[in-house]
Amino acid sequence: MTWDWEFTGRIIPDLLNGLAVTVQATVLGYTLALVLGLAVALVRRIPVIGTAVFAVMEFIRCTPLLVQLVFVFSLAPNTLSAFTIGVAVLGVHYAAYTAEVYRSGIEAVPAGQWEACRALSLPLHRTWGAVILPQAIRRVIPPLGNYLIAMFKDTPLLFAITVGELMYQASQIGGVYFRYLEAMTLVGLFFLLVSVPSAILIRQLERRYAAV
Amino acid sequence: MEFLIDRLPLYLSGAGTTLLITLLGAVLAFALAMVVGVMGTLRNPVARAIATGYTETFRGVAALVLMYWMAFAIPQLVPYKIDALFAAVLALGLNVGAYGAEVVRAAINAVPKAQVEATIALSMSWWRRMRAVVLPQAWAQMLPTFGNLVIELMKATAIVSLIGVSDLTRVAQEQRASTGETVAAFTGALIAYFLIAQLLIVGMRLLERRANRRLGRPVATGFLALLRPPPATATGGGRR
Repeated sequence: MTWDWEFTGRIIPDLLNGLAVTVQATVLGYTLALVLGLAVALVRRIPVIGTAVFAVMEFIRCTPLLVQLVFVFSLAPNTLSAFTIGVAVLGVHYAAYTAEVYRSGIEAVPAGQWEACRALSLPLHRTWGAVILPQAIRRVIPPLGNYLIAMFKDTPLLFAITVGELMYQASQIGGVYFRYLEAMTLVGLFFLLVSVPSAILIRQLERRYAAV
Repeated sequence: MEFLIDRLPLYLSGAGTTLLITLLGAVLAFALAMVVGVMGTLRNPVARAIATGYTETFRGVAALVLMYWMAFAIPQLVPYKIDALFAAVLALGLNVGAYGAEVVRAAINAVPKAQVEATIALSMSWWRRMRAVVLPQAWAQMLPTFGNLVIELMKATAIVSLIGVSDLTRVAQEQRASTGETVAAFTGALIAYFLIAQLLIVGMRLLERRANRRLGRPVATGFLALLRPPPATATGGGRR
């Protein structure tokens, strides 16, 4: 069997639908990871609770996303859609990574900035909101961007819990027509089309925010 | 608890498969990373273009997509079916190798210029310069990131369960299906993965110590220091 262009044309609409779901899952999951990761990075600074949170996050980081997805999917009540579960697990998994990125950014803020806040007796929310976080987050924009690409490339795992994203559509097509070549190749190309330009973008961001 | 003790042999054989795929994938990834990474530092434009092409392609596609492509699309092109385990090792090795190549390239470029100039002044051959001066220093630099990549590779091996290889994930899913004990079945697998990860972390830390000691740099001693997380850098772990 060789490449069939007519068949390729017929399956593209289905694959584009899948790509739309992939993008939605990535955007929602990433938003969750950004917010939750920051919260975790802040909570980690509290003595005892912080250690406990760190242990949980370390466990999440050391175990496969696929197993976490299937585990939560089989425990969750039927009222939750597979998409919701997928986005939640993706978000929490990546929060374990973004939390470490935020932490490194916060620790990289010079001690003088903290001392200045104390000298001006700024309230805590102003110290964080106006001084520390703006500097910390600026520093970590490139690594955070890397995790966006990483997450995008992890979304095919959602097909294991029947979320109708790109990979799921491709394997459905493969299963129905017994032709995997066109669908799988297109999935690979779609991924390249998105991740190569975004990798270039991240490199430009790195150059722009380097040596702050 | 009893559930897991009864099924310990099953989980152990699953963990064995997971470790085997991790090791084979790591060997392939390491070989690719070294060759392609060094190619990326050469002045020859063809070598550099090949290196860039390889890293951009295989970093851009998820290992899962690559594995499915090899397992299902290739048999359609050529009358040959790739064994599921081999497809998995190939996909993971190619994918992680692309990340590794970037690490190797960056580490070689980070070796101080004066070191290279000194080898030129001593009229060392390219081979001798790499082997005796550049690589030992770059090696200590790349090991921590390699450690992260090995953990990522180990976690990514879970995808082989989707094409029917009996790894830890597969064992957990089968046990869940046959007993309905979702929590016990998956917790067992998660703990096993966590332990394997800790094992790999300790192993990589030992390698780091050895590399630093050979360069005459001070190293931490004691077992506990092996488990502690490494100091943070503002650029993150360099995972992707």
